Amino acid sequence: MNTVTQVLNNSLTPQISDRLSKNFTRHLKERVIEFILMLAAFSAVLTTAAIMGILLYESYGFFEHVSVTAFLTDTVWTPLFENPRYGILPLVSGTLTVTGVALVIAVPIGTISAIYLSEFASHRVRETVKPILELLAGVPTIVFGFFALLFITPLLQKIMPDLPTFNMLSSGIVIGIMIIPYIASLSEDAMRAVPMSMREGSYAMGATRFQTAIRVVTPAAVSGIVAAYILGISRAIGETMVVAIAAGQQPNLTFNPMDAAATITAYIVQVAMGDLPHGSIGYQSIFAAGLVLMLMTLTLNIIGHITRKKYSERY
Amino acid sequence: MMTSTTPVKAEARNLSFFYNGGNNAVKNVSMPLYENKITALIGPSGCGKSTFLRCFNRMHDLYPGNKYDGQIIMHPDNTNILEKNVDPIEVRMRISMVFQKPNPFPKSIYENVAYGLRVRGEKNRRVVDDKVEEALKGAALWNEVKDRLQDLAFNLSGGQQQRLCIARALATDPEIMLFDEPTSALDPIATANIEELMSELRNKLTILVVTHNMQQAARVSDYTAYMYLGELIEHGETDRIFTRPTRKETEDYITGKFG
Repeated sequence: MNTVTQVLNNSLTPQISDRLSKNFTRHLKERVIEFILMLAAFSAVLTTAAIMGILLYESYGFFEHVSVTAFLTDTVWTPLFENPRYGILPLVSGTLTVTGVALVIAVPIGTISAIYLSEFASHRVRETVKPILELLAGVPTIVFGFFALLFITPLLQKIMPDLPTFNMLSSGIVIGIMIIPYIASLSEDAMRAVPMSMREGSYAMGATRFQTAIRVVTPAAVSGIVAAYILGISRAIGETMVVAIAAGQQPNLTFNPMDAAATITAYIVQVAMGDLPHGSIGYQSIFAAGLVLMLMTLTLNIIGHITRKKYSERY
Repeated sequence: MMTSTTPVKAEARNLSFFYNGGNNAVKNVSMPLYENKITALIGPSGCGKSTFLRCFNRMHDLYPGNKYDGQIIMHPDNTNILEKNVDPIEVRMRISMVFQKPNPFPKSIYENVAYGLRVRGEKNRRVVDDKVEEALKGAALWNEVKDRLQDLAFNLSGGQQQRLCIARALATDPEIMLFDEPTSALDPIATANIEELMSELRNKLTILVVTHNMQQAARVSDYTAYMYLGELIEHGETDRIFTRPTRKETEDYITGKFG
């Protein structure tokens, strides 16, 4: 046994060391590549951290002048007035109202589209409709903004003559249309990921296509569908152009979609385009507003993460 | 002979099946399923046994382009279940199926078993409760789950999940039950449980089981059919097939010379 090993070692020794030296250069190359890949991956993390840092830093300056209580409870937001007030609630109410309207539009239509595409449409229909649907996601938001202001609002005014030119309803509807592709496409992916064996189990029990889609496939895909909704909500909350153009610029504490009101994003874009001096409280107020926006989407993402974990698919 | 006196529950007559694209997976098979008996389909992988089994509940209708030829007659009403004007859903209400891998739905244990009743529109709470209990007892699962009927079905073990799928299939009182390699994803103990269960179920219904495990066919079935390359080579009482096969091919497969 020993002699065999020795003989083997002797005959193989040069080859092994030869290969080892090759291994070394290959190893080095691998490390360099790994480092470059890591840099790329971390650039996103660093950017996020930097944004968070700046938001917190500038907000800190803001909160040295304005108490957190006033910020969260005051019902008037007039930071640029002679006699400024800094209550974020009107902006939050505007944001939530627009988002609510958008969801009322996008969740049913998006989900139904997903069910249709995944469970009913033929292969050819799906392959045609899905790319078109996704194209809708590529339309610049400014186009949607003018669509809201110049098409949807006049249309709504025919039904509701009292509707002001700037209102949250038309912005909400258009943002809803805008996020349909996200919800439909992601929900459809989640439903298609449900294994065929589960559908077959349902059909074998004598279920119809519709029963299978509603009672088996949709519950099985629920985590993906919820994730799609949450992404849609995040998009709606963060949407800027449409509301800046069509919802009005006046902060207004109201949950009535027929009113004009500013959202957080609309306020930020309005102020950021003005000529506020760097470091002034008005300038800092946009960071405080941005922080609130970021916290809202962060909360949503965490909820989404938890839901995904909780209902994670176990087929 | 036993065959001449045992009533036939269903029979394939010159059944051929073509997958989308023309692959002729089942070729001119004629074979009876005797009532309250277990018929096992054996044969090497790709011989068409699962394809043949799935003709019985029109599972192939789910995919476009598949084509049946020939008949499957169900007794006593003499319906050809492959006929175009026969609703596959009607067929599946009479013939249920248990799959290779347990495929419970993302629902509670109770709702899994109640599923067939729900899709049939049964609303009476008492009826559903009774049927669920009866089916779980029939599938020898009741004692293990009676205290946690509202638990998610995924929390059960693999063998329990498969018995749950059997309970699900039982709850609607089918006339025939199809088993497509029901134990291939299970450990030996769970396999033994399922086999015992099948033997008991025979009193209530007619069973067709596909298995790649010849010992299993010998253990559980009353009749065995050997298929090869889409053709039925031999069909007969299990004892005879395993002791005195008439065809050389069957003997080669059973003795392990081939397959």
